[in-house]
Amino acid sequence: MTAALILIALLILGSTAVAMSLRNLIHSALLLVLSWMGIAAFYLWAGAEFVAFAQVLVYAGAVSMIVLFAVLLTRRSRADLSIAPASLRRAVAGVLAGGATAGVLTLAVLRTNLQIAPSAAPTVTVQQLGLELIGPQVASVLVVGVILTVALLGAVVLAASDRNDGKEDAP
Amino acid sequence: MNAPANTNSLLERAPVMIRDWIIGFFPESLRWPVGALLAIAAMLAVFGLVFAFLTLAERKLLGRAQNRPGPNRSGLPFFRGTKLFGLTQPFADAVKMLTKEDIVPRAADHLLHFLAPVLVVAFALMTFAVIPYGRQLVAVDIDAGVLYFFAAGAATELAIFMAGWASHNKYSLIGAMRALAQLISYELPLLLSVVPVVMLAGTLSPTKIVEAQANVPGGLIPHWHVFTPWGAVGFAIFMVAALAEANRSPFDLPEGESELVAGHLTEYSGFKYALFFMAEYFGMIGLTGMGATLFLGGWQAPCAFLEFIPSYLWFGVKMLSLILFMMWIRATLLRLRIDQLTRLAWKFLVPLALINLGTAAFWSRTDSWSGPLQFVRWAIALALIVVPFVVIGRRLTAGLAPRTYRYAT
Repeated sequence: MTAALILIALLILGSTAVAMSLRNLIHSALLLVLSWMGIAAFYLWAGAEFVAFAQVLVYAGAVSMIVLFAVLLTRRSRADLSIAPASLRRAVAGVLAGGATAGVLTLAVLRTNLQIAPSAAPTVTVQQLGLELIGPQVASVLVVGVILTVALLGAVVLAASDRNDGKEDAP
Repeated sequence: MNAPANTNSLLERAPVMIRDWIIGFFPESLRWPVGALLAIAAMLAVFGLVFAFLTLAERKLLGRAQNRPGPNRSGLPFFRGTKLFGLTQPFADAVKMLTKEDIVPRAADHLLHFLAPVLVVAFALMTFAVIPYGRQLVAVDIDAGVLYFFAAGAATELAIFMAGWASHNKYSLIGAMRALAQLISYELPLLLSVVPVVMLAGTLSPTKIVEAQANVPGGLIPHWHVFTPWGAVGFAIFMVAALAEANRSPFDLPEGESELVAGHLTEYSGFKYALFFMAEYFGMIGLTGMGATLFLGGWQAPCAFLEFIPSYLWFGVKMLSLILFMMWIRATLLRLRIDQLTRLAWKFLVPLALINLGTAAFWSRTDSWSGPLQFVRWAIALALIVVPFVVIGRRLTAGLAPRTYRYAT
């Protein structure tokens, strides 16, 4: 079991590291998908079946498409795909920002007083998960839904701002 | 399991018995991996053959639809003059594909160009694992099987994108972009059409969903989801979205051979092309298999007295008729334009699927209604879905018909 965990961790960390070091944006995006798959594998390892498949469905299925679309629509040509930092200052700023985020996250993980029970992991079926979400946790589900709807409406407003009423069969 | 006598016939148990017989030769510790390998081998063999003959069936059917005979020349290697109605055509095709030169464009992204056909088949095959093919015939019986199926299916489109991008060809890239747009658009109605089934069956496991559609003992009317108002609408939405997910006509825009040469397939030849072809058919088999499982009762016989026919045959009949239906659609309908395709998904299928959720909720709340109230239940449920269908359809097509021709009379 531990060997599998180490393999999964190596997959996640390795693919993310290579994704960051590559210059080609498409390759980076695809490697990012690989690392998301690794995270899904980790969930499977931990016995959280539902979360694992949801991770694949949402990240590998949908978020990856958005990332790839964004990359393809914002680049003018293939030569444009390889990016290097514009200046040294930018590179330093990027490293600083990333380092600060990593530092905050690491500190948060280290400082949290997590009570780890030595007992076996509970096996939660999908049905229990659903009942939990619909019953006690329904408020949080609704809040998330409202936030996503607001985001969607914002996107629609942005996209609809430049109207052009193309007729269906304009020659 | 204490199944009734007629569902326990020799034919019904044959696949499981053969598996147990083969596993019996191995020591206890090896039985689990051997069983898994056997399931994989059986699936590859069966669906490989089904794929081979589906290509022939499609060519024959399209030929018939276009008033030509279709492939009818290939015979047997050492018997000259035998033609067998072209039944050996798939094997001739296989030999041709295997012996063709594998061409990789010099400017291509070599690794991705190689990986794409491998991944596309791998993901298509992964979807087969959770479909229950018969009473005890399911390779992996997991709790969240439906979710697994759609997760693996969503990943195939990523492989198609890789193919299009790695080819370094503008047509391929346009095909890849179309594939992405199509996936994002049709994933939503596909999943939303499945949600009512999961709601009413109360489970995400395909085997339990099939069991939820079991026949009433002695009943004559199938107890399938498709014979309920929400099930019928859900099935229709599912089939439309499945056509788009499988890149089948009228939604085969990523290929679009008349406008994009062949989209993501342009720079592929030989066996890699065959793999893409195989993945398309595997995708079709998987989606129709899941459709039959969710809406058409899976391996259940239509009525109780027909249960002497083995369950896997019923499943095969349902799946193959859905596939033939898809071929029929291909022979009949024209390809959509990309804006029509996305409009159909976002403005028509998604709202309908959402309304269908409401219909399903109404249906499950009124489960206790009986007698004449049954008619009221049906009428309200049908009204809940038919009225929005007509209203949305009218609004979307307003001003589009009849078509006026500006430069022709």
